[in-house]
Amino acid sequence: MAGLAAAFGSGAMTNSTPEFSQHTRCFLITGSNTTETHSLIASHVLKAKERGATVVVIDPREVQIGRLADLYLRPRPGTDVAWLNGLMYVIITEELADQEFIETRTEGFEEMWRVVQGYPPERVEEITGIPAEDLRAAARMYAQNKPAAILYAMGITQHTTGTDNVKSIANLAMLTGNLGVPGGGVNPLRGQNNVQGACDVGGLPNVYPGYQAVTSPEAKAKFEAAWGVEGLPDRVGLSVVEMVNAAGEGRLRGFFVMGENPLLSDPDIHHARECLEKLEFLAVQDIFMTETAQLAHVVLPAASFAEKDGTFTATDRRIQRVRKAVDPPGQAKADWEILCMLAQRLGAAGFDFASPAEVMDEIARVTPSYGGVTYERLDREGSLQWPVPSADHPGTPYLHREKFTRGRGRFHAIEFQEAAELPDEEYPFILTTGRIMFQYHTGTMTRRSPKLEQEAPEPYVEMNPEDAARIGLDGARRVRVISRRGEIEIAVRLTERIRPGVVFIPFHYAEAAANVLTHAALDPVAKIPEYKVCAVRVEPVAESET
Amino acid sequence: MDYRNILTICPYCGAGCGLYLQVLDGEIVGVMPDKEHPVSQGKLCIKGWNAAAFVHHPDRLTTPLIREGDSFREASWDEALGLVADRLTHIRDTYGPDALGFLVSAKCTNEENYLAQKLARAVFKTNNVDHCARL
Ligand code: SF4
Repeated sequence: MAGLAAAFGSGAMTNSTPEFSQHTRCFLITGSNTTETHSLIASHVLKAKERGATVVVIDPREVQIGRLADLYLRPRPGTDVAWLNGLMYVIITEELADQEFIETRTEGFEEMWRVVQGYPPERVEEITGIPAEDLRAAARMYAQNKPAAILYAMGITQHTTGTDNVKSIANLAMLTGNLGVPGGGVNPLRGQNNVQGACDVGGLPNVYPGYQAVTSPEAKAKFEAAWGVEGLPDRVGLSVVEMVNAAGEGRLRGFFVMGENPLLSDPDIHHARECLEKLEFLAVQDIFMTETAQLAHVVLPAASFAEKDGTFTATDRRIQRVRKAVDPPGQAKADWEILCMLAQRLGAAGFDFASPAEVMDEIARVTPSYGGVTYERLDREGSLQWPVPSADHPGTPYLHREKFTRGRGRFHAIEFQEAAELPDEEYPFILTTGRIMFQYHTGTMTRRSPKLEQEAPEPYVEMNPEDAARIGLDGARRVRVISRRGEIEIAVRLTERIRPGVVFIPFHYAEAAANVLTHAALDPVAKIPEYKVCAVRVEPVAESET
Repeated sequence: MDYRNILTICPYCGAGCGLYLQVLDGEIVGVMPDKEHPVSQGKLCIKGWNAAAFVHHPDRLTTPLIREGDSFREASWDEALGLVADRLTHIRDTYGPDALGFLVSAKCTNEENYLAQKLARAVFKTNNVDHCARL
């Protein structure tokens, strides 16, 4: 979320889910398979649509939410900055921009315009394949129906240009004055249930809880005092992909993994396995024996969400109570309990918590945006949206109301860059990967839920029938998908949902993990691996081979 | 017979829908949507309706395990945590704090993520802390 933080000073979803059905008059949805991955957010879009809101979907893959779209554009994958600049070109040249907002609330407009000038719709059509007239229509719909909300997900962030994509989205929303109003905003939809919370409380290599930089001497002093320790590290740590690589190079020797399956979610799975096998010590704390746990030296049995108390923070900054319903099986324990026990084994002070409520009291003391959060309030008020700086603050449904967190919103001038790996003669298809509705991230939980497993039992690759004819599929049901990094054999489904030249694999399946194929080029700022685009070749597998 | 409805949050996506777990004699027997919830307003998607299906699964880990050759043996909490503490301390003392890494989780609670990063930073003195789901 580095892109949003640079533009606004805060990296979270600016608005609230319920505002979509209440206030929003136009949606621009991109890189998000909203209907399948965030169904109940999609249902607010649906309600808005019923009362007349306009929906524009821009996505290379025909996503289900495209069916509700008034206008649906399918760019070539990896060209987001180009069409975003194109939309801005149209809005500025047709005088649909919000001049007052630009003058009073933002900075950097001129520099941005100098770059955007180079993106008239005809040029954008050449880059993206979006017809110039359709791009103009989309720009008018978005600019003329206020408030307008932009919704996006990992389709936008999982590129080497992910941070640029997000800055461009922020540009577009500022240009039209769609910030600081209910029903507008820039709304990244987080995939897993508590990504927002994990980031908020410091589960990142560069920040303490509340996004306080580890490199800031004030923050260091503050946390040394709060935690009663000295010598907190002041250099930014390694990201998950860097940690896995460091393990491969022998620089990282001990790895403690709580509730994650990095082996399966790493973009290059062969490489990840080789790296993790080199560790001197790997401890994994989880509810199931995951692929990563199988490599561990010690496996600690954890409690599931139904077996512990705590809080999750939803994608719209909504802090909510998780409540214990049943006891964990056997000797399994909640992660918070295991961590406290481990810290006490290490002789560390500051981990003698009797309950998660006490942990939240400490979080509130050190995290300004959570300052007014207590279990008592959550029990009484249901949920609180951060920032909730004090006990008498009601919480914040939408951000940047009178000014941006950083003062003025900042426009960024962003040129389009091609994705790191493009198709060529040898690898003529673009592979994109993503989520489908019935499976969740690496599938550790859903694949053990019989109903969900039934809905999508087998991994597959989606391909356009035109392409199938071109590669001589000739009725074969299985194909080999080959990239520069590896190959997998997989069932093929022919569908018009996917545009010619592009193939799609959901990434939940261990037996044909799409990540064997994908590309580990990193976004230089956000360090998000480029899952979404890599070049592959597809060959039919003869029946006799299977 | 002890029957209770426990109000909680769906573990699957960032929408954060509200739901009740229906508990009969210590076992989850069903899921009900929360009518009052501002986002889900009495609805759930198929994942939410199946939110608890994996909880009582026979594959759940139920005891600490320690590697022995190519397989694992069951261990007590005391032994397993002792081993984790010793090995992590040994690596830090031998190679420095940045030879250690900690993965926290978008599936765990705020409190757990807070404690995990506090353990990494305050006890082991490394900022090598991240989670997979920024992806
Ligand atoms: S019920 Fe569906 S939409 Fe709601 S949080 Fe769960 S997975 Fe997400």
